[in-house]
Amino acid sequence: MGRIEDLQVGVLALQGDVREHLLALARCGAQALPVKYEEQIRACQALVIPGGESTTIGKLVSRYGLAELLREFAAAGKPIFGTCAGSILLAKEIEGNEQFRLGLMDIVVERNAYGRQVESFEDELNIPSLGEEPFRGVFIRAPQIRSLGEGVEPLAYCRERVVLCRQGRLLVSTFHPELTTDLRLHQYFLILVQASHSSTDVRKHGNHKRAGYQSVR
Amino acid sequence: MERATWRTKVGLAEMLKGGVIMDVTHAEQAQIAEEAGAVAVMALERVPADIRAEGGVARMADPLKIKEIMEAVSIPVMAKARIGHFAEAQVLEALGVDFVDESEVLTPADEEHHIDKHKFNVPFVCGCRDLGEALRRIGEGAAMIRTKGEAGSGNIVEAVRHMRLVTSEMRRLSALKEEELMGTAKELRAPYELVCQVVKEGRLPVPNFAAGGIATPADAALMMQLGAEAVFVGSGIFKSKDPRARAKAIVEATAHYDRPDIVAKVSEGIGEAMAGLDVHKLEEKDLLQTRGW
Repeated sequence: MGRIEDLQVGVLALQGDVREHLLALARCGAQALPVKYEEQIRACQALVIPGGESTTIGKLVSRYGLAELLREFAAAGKPIFGTCAGSILLAKEIEGNEQFRLGLMDIVVERNAYGRQVESFEDELNIPSLGEEPFRGVFIRAPQIRSLGEGVEPLAYCRERVVLCRQGRLLVSTFHPELTTDLRLHQYFLILVQASHSSTDVRKHGNHKRAGYQSVR
Repeated sequence: MERATWRTKVGLAEMLKGGVIMDVTHAEQAQIAEEAGAVAVMALERVPADIRAEGGVARMADPLKIKEIMEAVSIPVMAKARIGHFAEAQVLEALGVDFVDESEVLTPADEEHHIDKHKFNVPFVCGCRDLGEALRRIGEGAAMIRTKGEAGSGNIVEAVRHMRLVTSEMRRLSALKEEELMGTAKELRAPYELVCQVVKEGRLPVPNFAAGGIATPADAALMMQLGAEAVFVGSGIFKSKDPRARAKAIVEATAHYDRPDIVAKVSEGIGEAMAGLDVHKLEEKDLLQTRGW
């Protein structure tokens, strides 16, 4: 497996809490880059779709012709981690809603499923894959994952709903690990990236390394 | 489980970064804003340009109107309460709005005290003209700060002044020695702990947005390059010739603020902007930015 320091992980920077993800990834030791254009996205080995407003991000993705690119990105086996709005964009179906989505992950989500902002909450999550210590889940106008397809593995529950799950190299959470200082979920994702990276053609990516983008803070 | 924590309040503000929050006065405008790609809408009875033109006391919007707007869109809905009018804020919280703007655009209800925003479950945004004012509002519990600019003017000059002042004062703080911070806090009339936090982190403790006079895609790109993390557009959209086209263009210019070629492209043929005012010709009593402290 390659070293974490060698991984270039993009954070889709069209809208949302991009900075918080960049900081978390950088603290884990990866090269974290804000990305919004084709050549930037292609240069990355993995992508994070941050929290934000899913309708806004979706519109910008489709207006700027990034939808097919992101679908190809996933099809090439490159990992994608979506948090909150990111989980909505990755979902195959959004309950009662025709808004844009990439439709990559076999889950059905419902937006704002806990209610409006005053219902936003924090809770201790038990995430066995991250060890025994509870993980602080920050849920903001959060969606709920209403159902999972066969290939989707639930990794954590809160109030009897799946809040973290994985399908192959796709990972989604309905909460915001980037708003805490707990890096374990970003580390978990980077290990997924390392494993995927070593199984694809490393030499090919090697040429793109440090393709002129500045690492952020 | 804990509801409405400080982290969930500031967290919602973080989620709006890179986006555009648009003033709307009815459900149809709210839908136009959402279709254009707004991250949130601000529900109000009259846009600032009309408040300015019509005069009289400007108050919180009719709850029925706010509810119609909340039902019309899936994005967050904000609404304005008068400065110091905590009962209006209580009403807005009871309605379930996602953010309350304690706003100088409405006629102040209290000339000495702003709302104690820590007491509420709903997060608040407040305007500022400089760093001291920003930190006073954060001290009272504001989870988001915006420049005041000069609302309803269609003139960006005041928002630029306020944003530059906030960021240059932060830069000045970073050069100070620890023992100089208390004196500086006194001079800024800002809470000492928050001054220390700004020095430590090099940024405001909550997101810092631009508002007050944004009327064009280039205005939005300007504010983003000056350090705003998102923009509010008040009268600028629905007082222009073609609100749909302008709203969409401002959303795209905000997302691609660092790409002049894209800002140029989206600015093409979107009709006339709102007329706008020369703020130097406004009398002191007609300025909205001097309301609150």
